[in-house]
Amino acid sequence: MGFDFNVILSKQDELISGIAMTIFVWVVGTFAAALIGFIIATARRYGGVIVDKALTVPIEVIRGTPFLVQLFLLYFGGPYIGLSLDALPAGLIALSIYGAAYFAEIFRAGYQSVPPGHVEAAECLGFTRVQVIRNILLPEMALLVIPPSVNMAIILLKETALLSLITVPEMTMTASAIGSQEYAFVEAMVLIALVYWVLVELAGVLGRFAEKKLSRYRLAKA
Amino acid sequence: MSWKLFNLLLEASLMTIFVSSVSILIGLFLAILLSAANLSGIRPLQWFAKFFISFFRGTPLLVQLLLLYNLLPVIGVQIPSLVTAIIGLSICTAAYQAENLRGGFEGVPTGLVESADMAGFTPVQTFFHIRVPIALRLTLPALINEAILILKASSLVSVVGLIELTRMAQNLVASTFMPLEIYASAGLIYLVINLVVATAGRQLERRLPGVGGK
Repeated sequence: MGFDFNVILSKQDELISGIAMTIFVWVVGTFAAALIGFIIATARRYGGVIVDKALTVPIEVIRGTPFLVQLFLLYFGGPYIGLSLDALPAGLIALSIYGAAYFAEIFRAGYQSVPPGHVEAAECLGFTRVQVIRNILLPEMALLVIPPSVNMAIILLKETALLSLITVPEMTMTASAIGSQEYAFVEAMVLIALVYWVLVELAGVLGRFAEKKLSRYRLAKA
Repeated sequence: MSWKLFNLLLEASLMTIFVSSVSILIGLFLAILLSAANLSGIRPLQWFAKFFISFFRGTPLLVQLLLLYNLLPVIGVQIPSLVTAIIGLSICTAAYQAENLRGGFEGVPTGLVESADMAGFTPVQTFFHIRVPIALRLTLPALINEAILILKASSLVSVVGLIELTRMAQNLVASTFMPLEIYASAGLIYLVINLVVATAGRQLERRLPGVGGK
């Protein structure tokens, strides 16, 4: 037996569209997850005890169950409660909600890291709540929030592979299909494993770069 | 949804627990070996460990499992899907646990290592009697976290044909057309298992002595 990567590479157009789809769902899913997570964390900070406690439950449920089960529940169970979604929107929604639960915790830790004195000082100067968030909280927590956010983005990239199981034509599904047609499944999987690996390393490099750029915001030791 | 269906899910969850626990333990053993390779000071071993950890942390578990599942028959290995699942999960978690342990090994007080050297321990003895127990104690929270991640990740071994909780849920959905109830129940079972693991982990952390006054 021998491994022949040429049969896979001859299908490069399909592969590239699969890779593009993976990058698309990854980027859109991660930004949506970060945005929803930020909104949740903000609601928990300013919404009072009841909102805070009420939001703990869905966060813990999502963090405590496998993404695959959540995905199947939404995609296959959704139509039974009038929520018929195509594979791509279902995958994007599931990915965003899953990521949001983790991002909510990242931003919560970020909010907690900002010294209360800074917020109080800004309030005394007449900053509105939005101004406090934008000018004090966000810049001060940025440096702390970036490493776990990059980590989460990397986790979400790897979770996008599961969307192949609900037939989103991303790279795992494309490569599986090509691999089966051409009797070169192993080659196809090795190839996309390398693509994922490169993307993960790239995300890590970008994260470290952002961290470096933002290091001017580092808090002085109090 | 009837109790009969729920019982089938519960039975299948035993397989989930079995596969996850075995994989965690084998993964821990492999992770200690990878750490030994990292600390050995032998370049090729360090390169191998670095490559191993980076690759298996950098690619989706689903792709690793599909690769393994299809690679084994091609190279002439015929093993049951249970073994394939355990190998796949163990290798993946080994990479993550090795990365966790790295922090633990860095936290081992140098004084203890030097004392062991002075007391005539060989490097191997120092590794297994001093470094490993302390690193394990220091990274216990990360280990419990990893156990929960692997419990959830074990849902993916359904693709290599092993009937665990998620696969059982899929099969039941195919025959009953009740995806909402069945997947929600499966999720609930995962949630309960994870809560138990998390609680037990916190208890264990509280009971065990700390390291060197930390």
